[in-house]
Amino acid sequence: MKVRVSVQLKPGILDPQGKAVEQGLHGFGFAVDHVRIGRLIEMDVPGTDPAEVKAQAQAMCDKLLVNPVMEKASIEVL
Amino acid sequence: MRVAVPVFPGSNCDHDALHACGTVFGWDTVPVWHQETRLPENTDLVFIPGGFSYGDYLRCGAIAALAPIMADVKRHADQGGLVLGVCNGFQILCEAQLLPGALLRNATLRFIHQDVHLRVERTDLPFTTAMKAGEVFRVPIAHAEGNFTLEPADLADLEARGGVAFRYCSPSGEIGEDHVPNGAMNGIAGIVNVRGNVLGMMPHPERAVDPRLGPTGGLGIFRSLESVSARG
Repeated sequence: MKVRVSVQLKPGILDPQGKAVEQGLHGFGFAVDHVRIGRLIEMDVPGTDPAEVKAQAQAMCDKLLVNPVMEKASIEVL
Repeated sequence: MRVAVPVFPGSNCDHDALHACGTVFGWDTVPVWHQETRLPENTDLVFIPGGFSYGDYLRCGAIAALAPIMADVKRHADQGGLVLGVCNGFQILCEAQLLPGALLRNATLRFIHQDVHLRVERTDLPFTTAMKAGEVFRVPIAHAEGNFTLEPADLADLEARGGVAFRYCSPSGEIGEDHVPNGAMNGIAGIVNVRGNVLGMMPHPERAVDPRLGPTGGLGIFRSLESVSARG
């Protein structure tokens, strides 16, 4: 099954990249706020049970995909 | 003193480490390829060098932390063996959970390459025993991700247990945000684990030990290691 893992910096973590992009958008007149830049990971995971596939993806997050000091993830089974 | 320098694809300070330990200090120093599963027998110090291991893919140090040799580095550390991680080596130690915290993109978003001053916060470590409390030394930094970060409660724990080995400071030793090049919390440049045998630091002491190549502010750390080694 296709799985999409979205990794975002935690709320308190400084995101200078997001800040720079926000300033760029302000330069074009977009009055946006709180721009945060994350990472999107897509993959095919073997299995047919969405709950089981999601559990596998969670295990991947815990082991490698996410650094819990600074990041959090949300998992979508498509 | 026997030193092992793990080399990952993308390490580029491994020769600096080999030069400092092997040529300048004359220690028995060998590079160890990341695919190896065992450190050389009787390794005293594992020096994890700087660079861009695995192209900094995913997060700096994240992939290197899973390399085969790292399991034996963990065993070495668990047995009280010395581990020094510099720059990318520090990032790898954090990702391997041998040290707490994470190193984020510099607050300025820029790669910073300059000399910095560090203040010694601990003099009871194998890495600092030849240095004086509050001593200031000058070494270079060269990184884009050196912004040390920890959850507030964990940062308080780290400070309370004296886990900070070095802090960025002014040339005369004053601490303050103005002297922190990369945004690191509490001006933290280097930390140790609870046992004090694993040190991670962003600045490069190994690039400041050879008078033929420039300033020698990094000597204190190597002299400390030497004196520990001599005591056997």
